Amino acid sequence: MAVVSENVIVVENLSKRYLIGHQVSASGGRYKYTALRDVLGREIRNFARKMADVVSGRQVVQGDEIEEYWALRDVSFRVKQGEVLGIIGRNGAGKSTLLKILSRITEPTEGRISLRGRVSSLLEVGTGFHPELTGRENIFLNGAILGMTQREIRKKFDEIVAFAEVEKFLDTPVKHYSSGMYVRLAFAVAAHLEPEILIVDEVLAVGDVEFQKKCLGKMNEVSRNQGRTVLFVSHNMDAILKLCTQGVLFESGIIRAIGDINTVVPDYLTSHPPSPEVVDFSGKARPGQFAERVRLAKVCPSEVGRAWVFPFGHQLSIDLSIHAKPSVNEVEVIVGLYSIRGFEVATWSSAVDDVALRLHPGTNTFRIGFQRLRLLPGRYLLAFSLFSNRGFEDGILEAVQFEIMPAAEIDPNKMDGSALVSATVSVID
Amino acid sequence: MIIEAGRTERHYWLDLWRYRELFRVLAWRDLSVRYKQTVIGVLWALIRPFLTMLVFTIIFGRIAKLPTDGSAPYALLVFAGILPWTLFSTGLSDASNSLINNTSLISKVYFPRLIVPIATIVVAFVDFLISFCILLVLMVWYRFLPDWRMIMLPIFVSLAFFASVGPALWIASLNVKYRDFRYVIPFIVQFGLYVSPVGFSSSIVPERWRLLYSLNPLVGVIDGFRWCILRGQSELYLPGLFLSVVVIAFLLWFGIRQFRRMEKSFADLI
Repeated sequence: MAVVSENVIVVENLSKRYLIGHQVSASGGRYKYTALRDVLGREIRNFARKMADVVSGRQVVQGDEIEEYWALRDVSFRVKQGEVLGIIGRNGAGKSTLLKILSRITEPTEGRISLRGRVSSLLEVGTGFHPELTGRENIFLNGAILGMTQREIRKKFDEIVAFAEVEKFLDTPVKHYSSGMYVRLAFAVAAHLEPEILIVDEVLAVGDVEFQKKCLGKMNEVSRNQGRTVLFVSHNMDAILKLCTQGVLFESGIIRAIGDINTVVPDYLTSHPPSPEVVDFSGKARPGQFAERVRLAKVCPSEVGRAWVFPFGHQLSIDLSIHAKPSVNEVEVIVGLYSIRGFEVATWSSAVDDVALRLHPGTNTFRIGFQRLRLLPGRYLLAFSLFSNRGFEDGILEAVQFEIMPAAEIDPNKMDGSALVSATVSVID
Repeated sequence: MIIEAGRTERHYWLDLWRYRELFRVLAWRDLSVRYKQTVIGVLWALIRPFLTMLVFTIIFGRIAKLPTDGSAPYALLVFAGILPWTLFSTGLSDASNSLINNTSLISKVYFPRLIVPIATIVVAFVDFLISFCILLVLMVWYRFLPDWRMIMLPIFVSLAFFASVGPALWIASLNVKYRDFRYVIPFIVQFGLYVSPVGFSSSIVPERWRLLYSLNPLVGVIDGFRWCILRGQSELYLPGLFLSVVVIAFLLWFGIRQFRRMEKSFADLI
């Protein structure tokens, strides 16, 4: 396939500003106690500000303090035709904002982009799927939403159904689908788009391993064999390395590295700053506007002065603090352990272990010591999430990074992977 | 294609045309979902206007003894008012909430946002067509056959349609920014039902107030409906109709303008 060196995407000095509001709450330590007078005063001030916003036609922001936040700052880069550009960076680095601007969903605050060719973006699997409609109907609905014509969809219909492996359930409303089937169907529609520029955000994070492989294969086919330009966001470095030729590394809204993917990924892997001993979550990015009743407060290693570095074979033990309001008295904690490349290595759930974590109002600290876990030397990430009887309450991905020190008995040339298991051996013949 | 801050889309209307298929699909989705998991399904589109007609006929016709137009049966007079009113009010309230009901679409995919509220009004239009059947049944029941004026009805139907599009677009875009409007709409609809001549003939309004009354765009529309359906027994008050059309046109222009202005920030605010 002939390589045409033509810039299909040119991004110049792109910036995006958001306004965000903060709630000054009692738990923030600003007020020792909340008096009715204070609440009334605050409400009246907020109301006056909102009215002023309405009159001047500005955006109304919920909260007591308003802050400007630059999700992207002065970003410039070019993409040539047929390139597969991997966009990497930690949560909140500005990747998704960039994709939203490129897909014309939101407008930049400053700067300009020129695009050549039809753009399709896949920022979420199954956008617009309607639970009451059948699989067949949703294929047409979703296809139209993604920009396909009905004729195109009809032509590819059989292919889509075969890819999704849902033939038997085509006429069942998708609300009765398993989540696996749902994701497969949604991805199958998207995989049959034929744009000149394809923008994909973290869609491989869902679905089972088998299906992820299938998706990767399909993406590979789209980019390599059909010469399309692809922008791909993922936390999964293996997928990024397999698919992409070029890479851009974002860090708090600016580009930190750009160039060949094989030089950018190591940059990303080492860019995680070592976590401070006590990791405070108060300023961390959270998915959505949850966490009003129970919040993750902070975490540190159980052993004082240990920092986040452990010898091989040492028991991993952490002290996790949770801030609770009186309305919640019990919580389930789930700890996810990820390799630095973004693969989930192990999970712990307090509910599965039948550990009841009772809460009193205020800050509760729990010591969690992981049993029968032998991690191989390397860097790992911890993610935390909290569930109450109402469901999901709070969660933080990439909350802490820690390191298992190299050990004499572990030869990295002989062993791959993340965890060491034990086995029983007996001679049978 | 160029993306820039504050750039007005030059090909906006062309884009809208290009996305006509999405428009069709969204309208079809709303239609097929509308009466899912209900027992009597589409009958709801018949029962609601029918019961309203019954109540209004009893209250305004029997109890309050308001006069009808000419010799037309009071039930027919009321129903000729309910038809455009229901089209207007369901269109207005559904379209006003349509953007926030489609949050996931708006924050994840690009398309001309105008499609969403207008597709919901099309759904209201289908409901209108269904309840039109009741009118036919009523006409047979009262042996009241329409004359040539019936041919003019589509003009007033489209007038009712545009009367709801204008304010709906404006309120829908405001609703994204200020959710207060979610609570304002039911109030407007309830209020409007009594301010508009739905349960009574607008001829009972004193002559000197008639023009002022026609500032309510629904007055012209409902009068037009009655004129077409009741064989001209309700005479058409032309200055009032003209004023209503001007108000509808103004609201339509204003709604589209406000919508276009705020459209780009929908994804950030929703």
